[in-house]
Amino acid sequence: MAAVNRIHAQDITVNDLPWKIEYDSASCIGCGACVATCTFGAISAAVASKGTSIAARRQKDGERLVIRQSQSIPEACVGCGMCEKVCPADAIRPVRNPESRWQVIARGPDTIKRGGRKAAHKRTLDSIVIGRISQMTDPALDSERHTFDLRSPLGRVLKPVDLPLKAVGENLLIQGPIPSVRWIYPLIFSDMSIGALSARAWEAIALATAYLNEECGMPVRMCSGEGGVPGALLQSERIRYMILQIASGHFGWNRIISALPKMKADPCAVLIKMGQGAKPGDGGLLPAAKVAPHIQAIRGVPGVTLHSPPNHQGLYSIEEAVQKMHLSLNAAFGFRVPVAVKCAASATSVPVYNNLLRDPYKICGGYFIDGIDGGTGAANEVSLNHTGHPIVSKLRDCYRTAAGQGLQGRIPLWAGGGIGMTGDAAADAFKLICLGADGVILGRLLLQIMGCVGNEHGRCNACQSGRCPTGICTQDPRLVRRLDVDSAAQSIVDYMLAFDAEMRKLMAPVGNSALPVGRADALVATDRAVAEALGIQYAC
Amino acid sequence: MCRIGSIKCLEPVQPAMALRLMLPQQEGHDNSGFALVMQDLEGVFGHYKDKPLLSLACTAKGLGLVDDYMEEKGFVQVAQWVPDTNPRDGLKIEVMQRYVFRNYDYPEIYRYRTQKEREEFLLDTRLELRKLLEEHNGGYVYSFWPDVLTLKEIGDPGDIAEYFDLWKEDGRLCARNIVAQCRQNTNYGIVRYAAHPFFLQGYTLCANGENTFFTRNTEFQKNLHRGYVGFESDSQNLLYTLHYVHRELGWPARYVKHVLTPLSAAEVRERPDGEALEMIRESLSQLQINGPNAAIALLPDGKMMAMCDSKKLRPIVAGQHGNMLAMASEVCGLNAILPERNPANDIYLNEREMLMVDNDLAASRWLQ
Repeated sequence: MAAVNRIHAQDITVNDLPWKIEYDSASCIGCGACVATCTFGAISAAVASKGTSIAARRQKDGERLVIRQSQSIPEACVGCGMCEKVCPADAIRPVRNPESRWQVIARGPDTIKRGGRKAAHKRTLDSIVIGRISQMTDPALDSERHTFDLRSPLGRVLKPVDLPLKAVGENLLIQGPIPSVRWIYPLIFSDMSIGALSARAWEAIALATAYLNEECGMPVRMCSGEGGVPGALLQSERIRYMILQIASGHFGWNRIISALPKMKADPCAVLIKMGQGAKPGDGGLLPAAKVAPHIQAIRGVPGVTLHSPPNHQGLYSIEEAVQKMHLSLNAAFGFRVPVAVKCAASATSVPVYNNLLRDPYKICGGYFIDGIDGGTGAANEVSLNHTGHPIVSKLRDCYRTAAGQGLQGRIPLWAGGGIGMTGDAAADAFKLICLGADGVILGRLLLQIMGCVGNEHGRCNACQSGRCPTGICTQDPRLVRRLDVDSAAQSIVDYMLAFDAEMRKLMAPVGNSALPVGRADALVATDRAVAEALGIQYAC
Repeated sequence: MCRIGSIKCLEPVQPAMALRLMLPQQEGHDNSGFALVMQDLEGVFGHYKDKPLLSLACTAKGLGLVDDYMEEKGFVQVAQWVPDTNPRDGLKIEVMQRYVFRNYDYPEIYRYRTQKEREEFLLDTRLELRKLLEEHNGGYVYSFWPDVLTLKEIGDPGDIAEYFDLWKEDGRLCARNIVAQCRQNTNYGIVRYAAHPFFLQGYTLCANGENTFFTRNTEFQKNLHRGYVGFESDSQNLLYTLHYVHRELGWPARYVKHVLTPLSAAEVRERPDGEALEMIRESLSQLQINGPNAAIALLPDGKMMAMCDSKKLRPIVAGQHGNMLAMASEVCGLNAILPERNPANDIYLNEREMLMVDNDLAASRWLQ
């Protein structure tokens, strides 16, 4: 008779982990595909010892192969389901463990880190519907036959009285320059860096961007993220589809500055990242596991964990930020390229926007507000789940503040943070546009379109680990091959074509062929508090 | 949908002509009002063309308030016309106690001021009177401007005409330009200020349809000019945009079309003046309308214009015979007052056109 094991209260067992592997040894054919596929070491093959189980002794079936789940925290199953995906015998799958003690046990001396978005919660956008439908007083448009103009500004828009136009006879002639303004698609592929993403995933998004521009007539722009841009792209005509990001780590800017004299075209814009919605007040984080040699080269850094400062060192006030950073980046491209700024949504967003609107140089070309539901490649979970500000009311507050001064539209508002979290990015975008956004920025959804299985219910979200099972958020050369660049790009293009059709499907019933920016009368809220906060109709 | 119409004639015409233009168009709508603006007046006002004319509908108490205010400001009344009214049972009209049309002389200190200063003063005075009457629920002031008269009332247009004796063509009330509207009330409570045509500093405009960018236009216009008030109707937005572009910015009138219904980004790129058009579209995007609308406007110099939304979701037609040109939502209106004209020469504006009629009735059809 076997000795009875002593129980240690501190021992970690499978039942303490967030996911349990449900395994059917009777169906298993012992191919080992699941073990080979699991990037987290969460399962391993083992041989069940002869005669150890009562059942085995009764059936006398001898030794057999079994799959066992690791009981360690570093190798905990993340629920990605790759084992289930590859199993030819439907013998294995991860199952959510309601008895998980993860939040209690997973903090070693270090914080819990992960990627993805804040845990799921009730969304404001889901209590808003497009309720002002053209019926008999005015005709709805035909989304298939009418022409729709889906373009949004990025750049500083002058007040009419400041335009350098002079009436000469029956014509208006231009008498001087104005700030550069790009009219682009009202959705920007948001800033995810090479490094946070695998080079392949980043390339797939860049490919999709170029295809949408050149083959589909959709001027979608992609933001580089704070990780530099490949040299060949910097010197290509297609740099005009890119928004170059500069964040507090300034990663990649050596290469960008060096490429300036050789650039054939201007980028669409420069985006200064002050903060992001997923982890406001915290800088970018690229764990050493993802700082592969090619990442070191493009960023100009050694192979260590890269933690950007929480703010731009050397800037001590917003006025100075505008003078110093906005001016120097404007000057770098000869004032031909709009310079915008991205901040995490915050209780202070309105004063910041006000300050930018009053900037005497008129050089802030966009205010990007990133809400609490934004995604990230790596963050402390405590930041992800407990810091930030919802985007909807903040965007609305900014718009209304500008409108109260007659300054709406002068600095375009771009909203982000959880756009398309439910999969319906067009509905989210349309509602935010009606509330005052000129356009939206979208990141996390792109990964999901490419195959990322992470979600807001704790599945996977291991972007920080370097072991992304889909090859999207890793630099491991073995794993990145799991992502087919062309089909990933095609999936993004397909989604965007559907997005465009859905936008028209939403514009047509409200009778608009141009984007209804600020047209809050097109919306109704089914929640009285939401209606009140946003200044829109309540309906029940 | 409201029916709109206008008449421009080398010889003064009377409101009866406007009624004949409008009434055939009324079938099928609820006839909740009738309004007209007359410019370049003759008859009882012919001798006072340079004296600002106040158009009021008010209570007796309201009139007292106006009297006191005007006296205090130093205005001197030089003429007054009170329409004869024919009240009888069964008329569908919500009458006010007093309808007053008065010419004033400028206060002493404004006699030697510039034209521009006088015009700003007249606007301020009207806004003050409006505020005063609103505060005391005393009535409505529609226009205060030289050589311009406004009459608006709620009710059946035919009954309104009978009440004010507008069918009588005695030559007392006539003008070379009339812009008129028969109102259908669907979206808003019946408020007299919501009845177009609207008037501001020499600009008159009526527009039917549904301005689906009302909220956007209104939020922007509220901070653009002190005269942009009310917003009881989504058609006011179009008047304010016309006023802003033509008077405040000093741009040629045809640029109003570029502001209200700008060309698409793709179309603009193809144009030699694309850069300027892009600037305009960019800077004034909040003043775009997105249909469905048709509009008729009268400029301070007497030129009359018309246009519609960029998808032509609301129609407008113009026709001419002899010394009279008329515009209307429906051609039956033109048939009623210009039966002799050749309908083949009627102008049905398309979505990218603007019609501009000079004071000699020369009509130019300008393609955006």
